Amino acid sequence: METVAVEYGLILAGTLFALGLISVLVRRNIIFMLISVEIMLNAAGLAFIVAGARWGQADGQVMFIFIITMAAAEVSVGLALILQIYHQLKTLDSDAADKMKG
Amino acid sequence: MQATFYIASAVAVLATIMVITRYNMIHALLYLVISFLAVAIVFFILGAPFVAALEVIVYAGAIVVLIIFAIMMLNLKEEAVEQERIWFSGNTWIGPGVLSVILLGELIYILVSSASPEVSSRVIDARDVGLSLYGPYIIGVELCGLLLMSGIVGAYHLGRQKKKVVHRFLEQTDEWKQ
Repeated sequence: METVAVEYGLILAGTLFALGLISVLVRRNIIFMLISVEIMLNAAGLAFIVAGARWGQADGQVMFIFIITMAAAEVSVGLALILQIYHQLKTLDSDAADKMKG
Repeated sequence: MQATFYIASAVAVLATIMVITRYNMIHALLYLVISFLAVAIVFFILGAPFVAALEVIVYAGAIVVLIIFAIMMLNLKEEAVEQERIWFSGNTWIGPGVLSVILLGELIYILVSSASPEVSSRVIDARDVGLSLYGPYIIGVELCGLLLMSGIVGAYHLGRQKKKVVHRFLEQTDEWKQ
């Protein structure tokens, strides 16, 4: 069975990471920024899986499980913060939340 | 096997480009599901079937559905799409986009110019992952449990609505009733 070279998997991971990075820099909507962070975390996990497949060890998949756990916790807390921001400021603009008035 | 890898990679990149250029959030999330499914196919080709299933269940299932429910709770109208179109138009994306593409080009150049070993064709199934997870990485599992616990407590504390008092006389009448 022919297999793929490592660099193509890493190039795919890098491309997805760059797309998520562009989106998180460009967007002003705070939910789109959260989605972009999810894309970047997924790309980092893909790089771990490619590295684990190159050495034939299970360590890469263990790291991906840790990343997926962290992404789930991050998105739940982030969505709770977004709901609070939207109830207080009545907008999803991330620039509107720069005044820390308690 | 190589052709499936390249097709799944192309689908993943195209779906991600569609995610970051949509104005409507629900459309972006549906393209995000496509992207996650394509990445799951890439995981399967790379010999990681357990993680491919986990990607479909947790990312494409749980996390996207959680974001969709949060968007439904926000109850956004048509003006949100127009506002997003106004924010996204203009030349604000040129600077970050060009600089990120330059960095990506450098990364691709470094990866291509170095030696290219093949991926080993050994399939690492759930048994190997479980043995490694509960053997040398047991402290990481415990820390993940702690992280999820703090995530639950934090989401409950932040998402709790404060009790609204319409008027102080109304509050007093409530106290008199008690």
